[in-house]
Amino acid sequence: MKKTVFAGFGGQGVLMMGYVFAVAAMRDGKEVTYLPAYGAEMRGGTANCTVVVSDEEIFSPVASSPDFAVIMSKPSLLKYEGIMREGGVVLLNSNHVSRPLTREDLNSIRIPAVELAKELGSERVVNMIMLGAFAAYTKMTSLDSIMNGLSEIVKDINPSVMKLNRKGLDRGAEYILKGDLQ
Amino acid sequence: MNKKLLMRGSQVIGEAAIRAGCRFYAGYPITPQNELPEFMSGAMASLEGGTFIQAESEIAAINMVIGASMAGARAMTSSSSPGISLKQEGISFLAALELPAVIVNVMRGGPGLGNIAPSQGDYFQATRGGGHGDYRTIVLAPAHGQELADLTEKAFEYADRYRTPVMILADGMMGQMMEPVILPDPVNLDTLPPKPWVLDGAQGRPSRIIRSLILDTVGMEEHNWKLERKYKMISDEIPRAETYMTEDARLVVIAYGTAARIARGGIKRAREMGLKVGLLRPVTLWPFPERAIREMSRLVKDFMVFEMNTGQMIDDVKLSLEGRSNVHFYGRPGGVVSTPDELAKAISSLYYRQNLKKEG
Repeated sequence: MKKTVFAGFGGQGVLMMGYVFAVAAMRDGKEVTYLPAYGAEMRGGTANCTVVVSDEEIFSPVASSPDFAVIMSKPSLLKYEGIMREGGVVLLNSNHVSRPLTREDLNSIRIPAVELAKELGSERVVNMIMLGAFAAYTKMTSLDSIMNGLSEIVKDINPSVMKLNRKGLDRGAEYILKGDLQ
Repeated sequence: MNKKLLMRGSQVIGEAAIRAGCRFYAGYPITPQNELPEFMSGAMASLEGGTFIQAESEIAAINMVIGASMAGARAMTSSSSPGISLKQEGISFLAALELPAVIVNVMRGGPGLGNIAPSQGDYFQATRGGGHGDYRTIVLAPAHGQELADLTEKAFEYADRYRTPVMILADGMMGQMMEPVILPDPVNLDTLPPKPWVLDGAQGRPSRIIRSLILDTVGMEEHNWKLERKYKMISDEIPRAETYMTEDARLVVIAYGTAARIARGGIKRAREMGLKVGLLRPVTLWPFPERAIREMSRLVKDFMVFEMNTGQMIDDVKLSLEGRSNVHFYGRPGGVVSTPDELAKAISSLYYRQNLKKEG
């Protein structure tokens, strides 16, 4: 059973990342839960969701000691670093989060997602780049499954937008697999 | 079979309600169940004969449900704890008038305005009637996404069969969480049993009266006994509980809803530690599955009630056992969701304190 937190500012597509990943994992035949944070959230505040993926029944959908965190903003790192499982992995959007982790028992993967998105011509795919990197690193689902999940969720989407999303996923995955990172 | 979908709990209730033939929904916004009226507003608008009303208050909404039910519709309202308190008068009227209706309570922390986190603080209110007068409400307690769909369908069936209000007792976590669900097939409204009591215009037939004001004490007493006979029948026919790893258990946890799924995780961990622990999960909270618990007491001498409150269902467990076994309690009120590890610790601490490790 693996728990992942996706967190960032409202508007960064954080909930979408978690939702698409959850649908992809479900279609892969896994048990899944998706729990969005809800509450007295404010504009410009943090948005986050927890996705649990498992081969067996999932008891709690709550993010108690997550294995992975995909962090898109500085406040989100402050919020989640402390509760990560020992040895957990934090994937950071390094263009927004520059500071190093305080905990030494965690691994951090830094992805300059905004920069990579600009190279692709649209900052709208930052979340897809992060998701592609996440999928490539964790191997919890495939990029094809994510694309299928995306088509299932967003109906009547412009094909060029879908193509751009695919490019984003590929670029994120490539960044991990080609070992661009330090 | 229908395709497996990843759906938010509140939306599952809405979709399942419509598939069960619900054609009237009235409600007033309150977190954490706003996604249910939001869904209903769109779904009812695109449905022939469907009505969605955002009422001016919770009280108005439940009274609109009374009217719709009187006219023969499968009708529903939903709210969260403070809003459900406001609906109690209407629920009492539904019971008195013998009208079917489904009321969804997506519980949050209380009392008062409390918070918007998942809680089980409304057990007493739900199972003891909540409103005034000598009546009962059928209370169904789903524990996961699929059951939200299945029990919503059941709720409409029970409401019609027994002509009585049925409450679905969910909580904020279930309302917000997405899980895989296979939705039931839509019912054909024409195949539902006829309702020979509805008020649909008396042209060509004698008039019917549905009322709860019965000033004559003899008549009121008879109405109360009539209701009581119905409640007795419901108590015989529909109590339901699910068990998990109870075959050889020396300690059985009793929990419902979200608490039950957390408990399953705790029990699995306790089993890995070699402790013989199981779970009994009431699916119907009223009627309470007394017999299932009483029968289990022949083999089990220790029960641990786990609730997301300070101890409410524990009363029903004690009443079911009539002193036959020890009843212990673990609870977290105020919207705290325990982790399976926390439950495993509570279970193991009790297990050793009661010396259950000892064979014999």
